[in-house]
Amino acid sequence: MRYLTPRKRAEGRGAAHHGADHHWAMTVSSVGLAFLVPLWIYIFGSALGGTREAVLETFARPLPAILTALVLVVGMRHFAMGATTMIEDYARGTNRKLLIIFVIALSWVIAATGLFALARMAL
Amino acid sequence: MADAKRAMPAAGSGARPLSPHLQVYRIQMTSVSSILTRITGSAMMVGVILGVWWLLAAATSDAYFAFADRVATSWFGDLVFTGSLWAVWYHYLAGLRHLYFDAGRGLDIPTAEKLGWVCIIGSVVLTVITILLVQ
Repeated sequence: MRYLTPRKRAEGRGAAHHGADHHWAMTVSSVGLAFLVPLWIYIFGSALGGTREAVLETFARPLPAILTALVLVVGMRHFAMGATTMIEDYARGTNRKLLIIFVIALSWVIAATGLFALARMAL
Repeated sequence: MADAKRAMPAAGSGARPLSPHLQVYRIQMTSVSSILTRITGSAMMVGVILGVWWLLAAATSDAYFAFADRVATSWFGDLVFTGSLWAVWYHYLAGLRHLYFDAGRGLDIPTAEKLGWVCIIGSVVLTVITILLVQ
């Protein structure tokens, strides 16, 4: 006879040892991105291939600038958290830690670079 | 602890679930659509990096923009941006499917497989529409 409940046996045995707050944060950011991304793709795609003057003019306008900033921040958080889950599934030990640190750092570098470019163009 | 250690070979309720064994694993729409979600989510970063670098160049100087724009609009840039665009649309539809799953719907196998096809075909259609819209 088993004295442990199925839940007790399962708890803490997942790849990451936690998850509800992570899952909820991914849900919230995914809903946000679902609204942001289609319009952002249209704006970015339209700007791509234009002259530098046209690009500067586009991203100096409030909607493209604010939208790009939101996509960068929300998108890079979403990427960092999603990639963390993926790494937790496939890597272990020190490797796992180094890879997670790398994707989180990469996502902040991308977000900061994009925001700096935006600030220079918009202000 | 002893309980968990002993449980590996016996597929009782206490055993940890075993990963699918790749050499004997029959791929299905549900597994392909799941794996593609991860691959697209990671692979689109190539397009994001190229795009952010292009924005940084635009913010910096004419000379830097000329260089970055040459790369971004070359065949290599087209390949990266078109691939990333498809990746974004696939990940988008797969994400909506996950929100639907999270609501406790669409979890039966025929529906889940149909939704997988919707993600794959829909992402290609959306990619073509986007390219036609922005060019």
